Amino acid sequence: MSALPIIRLENFSKTYSNGEVRVQAVRTVSLRVEPGEFVAIMGASGSGKSTMMNTIGCLDRPTEGKYELNGVDVGSLDKDQRADLRNRTIGFVFQGFNLLARTSALENVELPLLYGRPPSSMREQRERARAALARVGLADREDHHPAQLSGGQQQRVAIARALVSEPKLLLADEPTGNLDSRTSIEIMGIFQALNEAGMTVVMVTHELDIARYATRTVVMRDGRIVSDLPVRPRSLATEELARLDAEQKAVQLA
Amino acid sequence: MILLATLRMAVRALLRNVLRTLLTMLGIIIGVAAVIVVVALGNGARAELEARVASLGQNVIMVMSGSASRGGVRMGFGSAPTLTEADYAALQTEVPGVAGVSPEVRASGQIAYGNQNTSVDIRGVSASFFDIRSWPMADGEPFSEQDVRSGAKVAVIGRTTKQTLFGDEPAVGQVIRIRNAPFTIVGELVPKGSSSFGGDQDDTLYVPYTSAMRRLSRDTSFRSFLVQAAAADQIPAVTNELASLLRQKHRIPEGGPDDFIIRTQQEIAEFFDASQRIMRALLAAVAGVSLVVGGIGIMNIMLVSVTERTREIGVRLAVGARGRDILLQFLIEAVTLSVLGGALGVLAGYGAAKLLTARTQWATLISPDSVLVAVAFSAAIGIFFGFYPARRASQMDPIEALRHE
Repeated sequence: MSALPIIRLENFSKTYSNGEVRVQAVRTVSLRVEPGEFVAIMGASGSGKSTMMNTIGCLDRPTEGKYELNGVDVGSLDKDQRADLRNRTIGFVFQGFNLLARTSALENVELPLLYGRPPSSMREQRERARAALARVGLADREDHHPAQLSGGQQQRVAIARALVSEPKLLLADEPTGNLDSRTSIEIMGIFQALNEAGMTVVMVTHELDIARYATRTVVMRDGRIVSDLPVRPRSLATEELARLDAEQKAVQLA
Repeated sequence: MILLATLRMAVRALLRNVLRTLLTMLGIIIGVAAVIVVVALGNGARAELEARVASLGQNVIMVMSGSASRGGVRMGFGSAPTLTEADYAALQTEVPGVAGVSPEVRASGQIAYGNQNTSVDIRGVSASFFDIRSWPMADGEPFSEQDVRSGAKVAVIGRTTKQTLFGDEPAVGQVIRIRNAPFTIVGELVPKGSSSFGGDQDDTLYVPYTSAMRRLSRDTSFRSFLVQAAAADQIPAVTNELASLLRQKHRIPEGGPDDFIIRTQQEIAEFFDASQRIMRALLAAVAGVSLVVGGIGIMNIMLVSVTERTREIGVRLAVGARGRDILLQFLIEAVTLSVLGGALGVLAGYGAAKLLTARTQWATLISPDSVLVAVAFSAAIGIFFGFYPARRASQMDPIEALRHE
């Protein structure tokens, strides 16, 4: 394991002031995520996990404390520098997929490359987008629009979009929130495969069974980390899928 | 970000809602079309005016006799008998820079050929008149200096009058009767069309002024002189010389009013141009208002579009778009909208101008300049009115934008 953690939060606090009212969303939290980890951040709504995600995703800056992403002090960066850092280092996967409507899967996947600095050629963008789509098993759907794809397929396009710029960190916010249980396991299968290949994954979820696909769970409550444990026993998507198939077969046979 | 990709994105966004795009562009389309038509009408009118003024002849100065007051009623120019034979002689010899002079007297009367007759404006002029007005003969010859000196009963006929009396038969060599006096037609003029005053310049008959004064009008003075300056840059000098000569001849004391009126072609052109300028300014104001309204329409739709696409903006920001990229995207979209509207407006204006010419005979002339200006102007409107919505999009907070429903 290299000495440099991907994520290093040191005494991180975030306070939102809404006029008179000051809300402390996260209170002096410290967290390290090493390369190759698959971390699930859990917690009820209002626990501060979304604030954690926004900060880790460089969409927001800490009010107090320090955040280093891959050795870069995010607190000292301006808006444009953070945009560039996101573009290079982080791939985002959202609960609602957030694909551009009436735009083909391939062009959706190309989106982060449009903002690459220095810009790559259109042909290179196309090739990289194709490769990313192939990695999530959608090579044959590149011309489909989101409306022509199932929820699981849309989320896979979104994962391809997150992968296309070859980021160091995959950040997923409730990635299975809008999916049925089988599709959820499939998505977890993709995450586990990517993690196996060396990708660091940080995922926010409130579902315990989804968190079990990670290697480590961090539980938050009232802006603090209340537990940080390795997952044991860990669910493996391939096994879960096989069991699901067997169960369905059994039901049909009965 | 690559500009071409942004442009492609803008076009796609606009194609997503074709009806809305077209309605949004309508203001710009109407505004630009109006500008094109107004400029085309202005140019057409000016070209026509220039042609008509040019048809007066080259470097022409008109000297008209002053207005007479009878019993307190001003009679209009040409009514006072102030321009004399002596003036005519003096103008020919005493003013430097004069290339030619023709006096003019007018009479009207019935003219007859065979069993045909018509009433026509008869003008008495000198032989140099046709040179001064650069008015060639379609047939025959103009009358000569000799004819003028001797008061010969010869005439040059205009196309309209000729058609009335002779139809398609040749007129040259035929004898017509003017108030029972026989006049031989020696020439037929090339048709000139209507004058800048609206009259038909071809419904006319020219005779030597000597013959007209003796046999037709009994006037002893001229209605006007047509003076030709030798060159365009001599017109002001010649005009001044003419004025001082006539004042001296007419014994007008220092400070007294002229009893004649001098008009140059330039002044005649300016008079007509001034009246058209008001019309043009009015129409241009209407077009300008329409363009501004069109711009506001674009701003309105761009604001709606930015709100509708808040999540898209959030995603773009999340995956690494800078504020500037978002600004550029929406600005290019607005400019594409307005330039496309401008282009359609140019086409609509072109069609409207052609239709107008076909239906009303108003001359229109579409200049490439006005097309360029119209398109550039609509691009400027897109930038101006698209900037505020685009800026709003670019300043969105990615977290808020992603949370937007």
